[in-house]
Amino acid sequence: MSVSPPTTPLAVRAAGIGKTFSTAGDDVHALTGVDLEVAAGEFVSLIGPSGCGKSTLMRLIADLDTPTEGTLEIFGKTPERARVAQDYGIAFQQAGLLPWRTVAANIALPLEVHGQGRTERDARVRELTHLVGLQEFTERYPDELSGGMQQRVAIARALAARPKLLLMDEPFGALDEMTREYLQVELSGIAAETGAAVVFVTHSIPEAVFLSDRVVVMSPRPGRIAEIVPTHLGGGRDEALRESPAYFDRVTAVREALHGTRVERANER
Amino acid sequence: MTAARWLAVGWGVIGILVVIGSWELYKATGPAEGVVVGAVDGETGSGVMILPRTHDRAMPHVWDMIVRLFAPTSGGDTPPLWMSVVAAAGVTLGIAAVGWMIGVIVGAALGLIMQRSRLAEWGLLPWIVLSQIVPLIAFAPVVNAIGNQIDRDVMPWPQWLSVAVIASYLAFFPVAVGMLRGLAAPDPIHVDLMRSYSAGYWSTLWRLRLPAAVPHLLPALRLAAANAVLGAVVAEVSIGMRGGIGRMLIQLAGQASSDPAAPWAPTFGSIALGLIAAGTVAVIGVGLKNYRRGEAAA
Repeated sequence: MSVSPPTTPLAVRAAGIGKTFSTAGDDVHALTGVDLEVAAGEFVSLIGPSGCGKSTLMRLIADLDTPTEGTLEIFGKTPERARVAQDYGIAFQQAGLLPWRTVAANIALPLEVHGQGRTERDARVRELTHLVGLQEFTERYPDELSGGMQQRVAIARALAARPKLLLMDEPFGALDEMTREYLQVELSGIAAETGAAVVFVTHSIPEAVFLSDRVVVMSPRPGRIAEIVPTHLGGGRDEALRESPAYFDRVTAVREALHGTRVERANER
Repeated sequence: MTAARWLAVGWGVIGILVVIGSWELYKATGPAEGVVVGAVDGETGSGVMILPRTHDRAMPHVWDMIVRLFAPTSGGDTPPLWMSVVAAAGVTLGIAAVGWMIGVIVGAALGLIMQRSRLAEWGLLPWIVLSQIVPLIAFAPVVNAIGNQIDRDVMPWPQWLSVAVIASYLAFFPVAVGMLRGLAAPDPIHVDLMRSYSAGYWSTLWRLRLPAAVPHLLPALRLAAANAVLGAVVAEVSIGMRGGIGRMLIQLAGQASSDPAAPWAPTFGSIALGLIAAGTVAVIGVGLKNYRRGEAAA
């Protein structure tokens, strides 16, 4: 495992996690035997073909679903207690903004649910809109924003309660390549600035390598971890990294890990 | 936008003109005594009439209906008919509004209960659907009788309150169904999101489910308004309440052989009532326009 000092509890500790969905006919094993530790402040990507259970794993961490076997701890607590304590912030592939709320009101939503006062809320929203570069759009409605801007609002909303863990399920999956690369640099900076651990689900090898300290390669039927590829790319990710040999080397390593599994349909998309 | 608005108004006017034109065209060309099939000689009223009569007592000219609006209500120096219609329509509108409000409250409560519990939905929804099959004319006298009982034994219960209750019986149905559908409408992502905030039932209801229900609720409220007017008119007639437009309709229709244009005045009055009721709800919709925004696809 990585560099975190032993005193800090792990952001995520999964041991022998399995998830079985019971359907009418038979049981579907979405995940089996998943062991994974994510250190505080670490950026970990989950990558793999469709049906490998990467989104399921993220939903288990978020306590939106419960594992059928194994133990899962978030900062040393059960996922449920971590959720109630607001230890994590979450963002999905669709921005999932409430269309009847302005940008500011969307970002403030988690704070409002937790009964934070108006002045505190307003101050935090100002900070966050600055952080994601949307300070001029606070009074706009989601349908007046581009997809990339909506996704930035969603990231700001996920950060609102200052979580120590960010869960992101393909947040840039629906964006064009330009916007996507731009937001990757931004997210990398935000993660470094806030010191939050990130669990990032993606379909894209370059995206996983560019952002992560470690890339968790998963394979399907049943969903499991095939290999964990450390990137050793250090902090401060910027556009120059995309041209560097070390980066290409890690992209190749992840690609080989993906194709090397005993999966007929493994591919990089 | 304005061009589209004018076009809409234009089509509305054309629609009315087509109705008037068809009326006058049939009146001018159809047989005065209509067409009756299978009539037996010497038996009045036998056979089946397949085309209506066109003589002035059965089908007054449109302009006669309009002229009648400005003539005294019942001869002499009584006020012009249109004023009586407006007064009666006002009474009915007030009762319908009370009925609408009762219907909205009851319907919203039923929708909330059914959304909260699947068991309640299974238990209630069939009865709610069934309730609308009971003919209003059979149901109204029962409500009236219960109202009289309460008036005698418990507390003052004016007759108009019975009419309002009957109107609410028609109004609650679309609200209950619209509320149930609307509360179940939020995007699963939004529901997950509220769960990730560990938001409770009421917080989720207030911040997510109710706002997301608005696009489903507005048509339901409009339908409920039209139903409340209809219910109030029918209830007035069937329990014999005086002062409203339903009663006026029946009264003037009874005198139609001597004053054929008169019943058309309260008919127009009830049409106007329905439009006013639906229009009022449309105004509510304007106030809630932010809840009808769609999120642009990413």
